[in-house]
Amino acid sequence: MTHPNPHSDSAATAEILIQPTRGWSWFSWRELYAYRDLLWLLARRDIVARYKQTILGPLWNIIQPLLTTVVFMVIFSRVARIPTNGAPSSLFYLSGMLPWNFFSQTFQSTASTFLVNANIFGKVYFPRLIVPVSAMISNLVALAIQLATFFVIFAVEKHFPRAGSFHLTAGVWLLPLVFVQVAVLSLGVGLWIAALAAKFRDFAVLSSFLLQLWMYATPVVFPLTRVPARWLWVAEINPMTFPLEATRQMLLGAGTPNIVLFANSIVSTVLIAAAGVLLFQRVEKSFVDVI
Amino acid sequence: MSRPILEVCGLSKRYTLGSIGSTSLRDEFTRRWEAMRFLGRRGAAGRGAPGAAPGDFWALRDVSFSVQPGEVLGIIGRNGAGKSTLLKILSRITEPTSGSARLRGRVASLLEVGTGFHPDLTGRENVFLNGAILGMTRSEIRRKFDEIVAFAEIERFIDTPVKRYSSGMYVRLAFAVAAHLEPEILIVDEVLAVGDSSFQKKCTGKIQSIAADRQRTVIFVSHNMQAVEHLCSQILHLDQGSVAGFGPPAAMVADYMARTAEARGTVRTRTLADGIQLDNLLLSPNPVTAGDPLKFEITLSAPVPTTVHDFHMVLNNPSGYRVALVDLRDARGPYLLVPGQPAVFAGSIARLPLVDGSYGVGFVLRTGREHQDCNDLFHLEVRPPPPRGPLVPYAVQYQGTTVLDYTVETRGVNTR
Repeated sequence: MTHPNPHSDSAATAEILIQPTRGWSWFSWRELYAYRDLLWLLARRDIVARYKQTILGPLWNIIQPLLTTVVFMVIFSRVARIPTNGAPSSLFYLSGMLPWNFFSQTFQSTASTFLVNANIFGKVYFPRLIVPVSAMISNLVALAIQLATFFVIFAVEKHFPRAGSFHLTAGVWLLPLVFVQVAVLSLGVGLWIAALAAKFRDFAVLSSFLLQLWMYATPVVFPLTRVPARWLWVAEINPMTFPLEATRQMLLGAGTPNIVLFANSIVSTVLIAAAGVLLFQRVEKSFVDVI
Repeated sequence: MSRPILEVCGLSKRYTLGSIGSTSLRDEFTRRWEAMRFLGRRGAAGRGAPGAAPGDFWALRDVSFSVQPGEVLGIIGRNGAGKSTLLKILSRITEPTSGSARLRGRVASLLEVGTGFHPDLTGRENVFLNGAILGMTRSEIRRKFDEIVAFAEIERFIDTPVKRYSSGMYVRLAFAVAAHLEPEILIVDEVLAVGDSSFQKKCTGKIQSIAADRQRTVIFVSHNMQAVEHLCSQILHLDQGSVAGFGPPAAMVADYMARTAEARGTVRTRTLADGIQLDNLLLSPNPVTAGDPLKFEITLSAPVPTTVHDFHMVLNNPSGYRVALVDLRDARGPYLLVPGQPAVFAGSIARLPLVDGSYGVGFVLRTGREHQDCNDLFHLEVRPPPPRGPLVPYAVQYQGTTVLDYTVETRGVNTR
């Protein structure tokens, strides 16, 4: 006798086989899709809960990058006099922070997946990848708000032209693809750290330092053209260089992406993400027993 | 018979004691280093074989059984028998070390109420989130939403953040979501009857109705023998990770009771806490008749001088509820136990006012370093008192928990 259930197709598959898995395993798109409602609800939770009991709420998504931009303008532009490829410094920093903030937020939320959700993971099963992906989706909201802020400042700068020139370039419609790459890359790196930190907390500590270092290895506060020749290799192997330069080129005409950066970046993004997923899937199996 | 909805085949789960809790890189390096050094001596033989390595602990060992659709399977066994591990494997929270389990149907497991509740979100938002975590789809939750809210009795507060809820409201809402799951296989841990007593009744009622309509297959772990016997159609008895019995409830419960009562009020050394040994527990008479006096004598010893801050004996009824406590502290202050000088606590209970049944006798002991509850170490059999007059006494399940010493005088009552 089977209980007729109109939703039996939607949440879990008909037959579940539980046995020890050996070696590495990829995740199942079908299962991820079956849990899509949970994906959205978790993303929604992250968005709603983040600004509960704050006075300004989502406005922080506007204020925080603006404040950072002002700080950058004072320190890197006025004091250190680092040029900004001819673009107004405000737009230069804001455009750089679009991909970088999205990257760092997603990286951080992904890296802490196991530590933050240890309790839930110990009590109920769902594909664990849901959690980092839903956090990434919630970060997209912050990204969208920041992008809107960018365009407001863009319009203001256009209206009161100062020295320097800037313009949207024809390739701007490719911008979403750049952010897709950043999403995949940040999830990939984050999954690495999450998997390692599940067993060794040391990596949780290390990750914030890594992120800091990574920012200075990425042309966020300086243009790629100002990187000394002997350090150029760092920028070239860094998969975040291309998204940064591409964003700047698309939004301001002030970036210098090239085919070498592009190829490097795409290849390493795919490799890092694939390895990250494999490692994460492996740790996921035994994580409850070691945490 | 149709195809079993759940088939478990040779399921085993090993925990490597050394690796649990070693969460820093340095520990791991040390462990690997030690392993390398000892590899030569221990040899490769025995690695992975059950019980071979000294640091291994087998929480489950070669467990096999199958469940037909619509059955209610109760899992019983002492603490540490592997019940929770089995539930965790069937819920896909952790993987078995070997063996397999096949579940034919949609599974939902309830090992905790309110998993994933977020304090800042409203009751409404949490119902959807928690439902989705437990495996419901959004449309399903929407359909049952009103029913869930009504069951939890929190209509007025559904749009209030749950952090402002009283703890009672919180668990009510959490249980309500769980109770409205409609999987083909429901896995439940016993600690689900929550809230005040009237809500508890509602919870057990709900579990009973789920179990009774035989539409769903239910797998549930409990220490409450009455509930298990009443609700289940099959019982799996686990002992130290292995199947000790599988069959009809009455026989399994009786067998379980017999096994646990093996050391009835006799000499048996146990470590209570912090190295302190219970050398002897004497309960006499055992079995004792309800309402009769009961003498007890407890002997403790310690391997090193140890201060005991708290010590009491507890009695749990057959359902696992604590019914009485014997305070063994001294008004003058904490005890100091010294090696070679056993401490004896002797006394008597004037009249034991408990209805008949098998009671678990345990101890709670607290030293400066450790606090330990040791429930159900021994069993005390209580026999029914001689009947009052010629009437047939009420069956034990109608008697409540205590036997009162009372008299009744009647006036103006005519009997036919």
